[in-house]
Amino acid sequence: MNKTWCERINPVVRDMPPSGIRRFFDMVAETKGVISLGVGEPDFVTPWHIREACIYSLEKGYTMYTSNSGLLELRYAIARDLAETYGVTYDPKSEILVTVGVSQALDLALRALVCPGDEVLIPEPSYVSYAPTVTLAGGKVVSLPTGMEQGFCLRAHQVEAAITPRTKILLLCYPNNPTGAVLDRKTLLEIAEVVVAHDLIVISDEIYDKLTYVGQHTCVASLPGMKERTVLLNGFSKSYAMTGWRVGYACGHGDFIAAMTKIHQYTMLCAPITAQMAALEALKNGRAGMERMVREYNRRRHLVLHAFRDMGLPCFEPKGAFYAFPEIRVTGLTSEEFAEILLQEEKVAVVPGNAFGSSGEGFVRCSYAASLEDLGEALRRMAQLVRRRGVRPRVISTPSRHLPARDAGVSAAGGASSRIFHPGRN
Amino acid sequence: MNTLELLELLEDNARLTPEEIAVMLQADAGEVRRAIQELEQNKTILKYMTLVNWEKAGEEKVSAMIEVRITPQRDVGFDAVARRICRFPEVRSVRLMSGAYDLAVFIEGRTMREVSHFVATRLATIEGVISTTTHFVLKTYKQDGVIVEDSEEDRRLIVSP
Repeated sequence: MNKTWCERINPVVRDMPPSGIRRFFDMVAETKGVISLGVGEPDFVTPWHIREACIYSLEKGYTMYTSNSGLLELRYAIARDLAETYGVTYDPKSEILVTVGVSQALDLALRALVCPGDEVLIPEPSYVSYAPTVTLAGGKVVSLPTGMEQGFCLRAHQVEAAITPRTKILLLCYPNNPTGAVLDRKTLLEIAEVVVAHDLIVISDEIYDKLTYVGQHTCVASLPGMKERTVLLNGFSKSYAMTGWRVGYACGHGDFIAAMTKIHQYTMLCAPITAQMAALEALKNGRAGMERMVREYNRRRHLVLHAFRDMGLPCFEPKGAFYAFPEIRVTGLTSEEFAEILLQEEKVAVVPGNAFGSSGEGFVRCSYAASLEDLGEALRRMAQLVRRRGVRPRVISTPSRHLPARDAGVSAAGGASSRIFHPGRN
Repeated sequence: MNTLELLELLEDNARLTPEEIAVMLQADAGEVRRAIQELEQNKTILKYMTLVNWEKAGEEKVSAMIEVRITPQRDVGFDAVARRICRFPEVRSVRLMSGAYDLAVFIEGRTMREVSHFVATRLATIEGVISTTTHFVLKTYKQDGVIVEDSEEDRRLIVSP
């Protein structure tokens, strides 16, 4: 060969850094006896009635291709679910596309929309795939850093300030991975105003919508005037504990869904029928089971927040998803150092915050999708490390009355004016 | 505080401390302690138990489900006979059923002989008992919501995005 593989590989791919999680994964995989809070998926297996429905569909011989857009019955069920939950109506025949997880839906949406050099605004810290997927589609990533002081919530003025003549898309993901932040309706309305004023498109990844613990999730497409300029992405992975099935969907304007479907039919054909059958069962009969899981996550959410407060780590109150994003700067370590030392000395895996963009530096992502026993033990071990790093545990033994002034929901551990623990609520 | 949620937590794991429950339910530990005490006193919480796999512990046990047909009595219906049956320590549970028989009685003993003896001499001879049909348990797959030999361990990748 005259040229090496390296020389032949598309430079866009060659120069793309591997996921920050990957390196850490290899390190964790080599360590024995690790309790992991680094997992970005539910610790529940898919409810049995869903698995059983899938097995039954196999027995009946459902093993063929489906329509490119996905099983029509499933699209009807998705439309019904969205209409009932958010009052947004999509035509199952032309405005919904069933995909192989939200990942593929996002890839399709970006490929169908982005022209070389188009700018895509992404609030940061963000899910690890967003930026690379934009780059692969030929777009330019513009990060909008959000910090703990603003509750990791994107603000309208940030969007406004980042807009250039090339800005085309705002990519939202709330409830957010990795921070657990949610955007309230008011903030979203302000952002929507900017989006409309500058004629942008919103791609909204709402995979964690059902896992909202405080207040109600606001579906971007349900805001006045936003449905026509929103590509709504969702799926079954998180709310129904179906990560490995890989089923998601995209909803949007018929013309745009048709464009996405064109790429889909040439590159994927259709999502696997067995998984679509399972998804249909999830929508038909999965609500009670899903609500049980949500209640369980919420209790664990209180538990981890309380534990971080006690060990002296400031932590923003996550209102959705199943992640907590404590700040570890008080230990004097960087995110990666903290994660590495925690792994080596205490055998607990968390994900360094900088894996989600540079604004995640100083934080670690802890998933509370873990059993109560594992969670309790992992937090105990984490507290030991934090104490060894000279951070004083600030145990407030008697939770005080309701205190105001916590608009961002940030709690400096032990601080007098803000706290995580709300004995009065519920 | 939501009492039903408190009960749900305790039913799943009775070893949770009031402090842990307080954090999870966003309540005050004292309030949780008082609520539990009240639930114990008014017999909403009957007992705290451990679900044991006796086979694994090396203890041989024989259990049987006995269908019992009885003659209901004036004023008390099935209750008088059912309550008499309840008193035997060998009896693990007694339930009034709809259908072909009246009481489903679960019995536990050390040997098959012991169980048969109990049915023949104690249960069948109670006044008002018309007939008994004994079904011995061959294997327990799931008990009180717990699958006995559950092979569904955590198979997730240890770190994922």
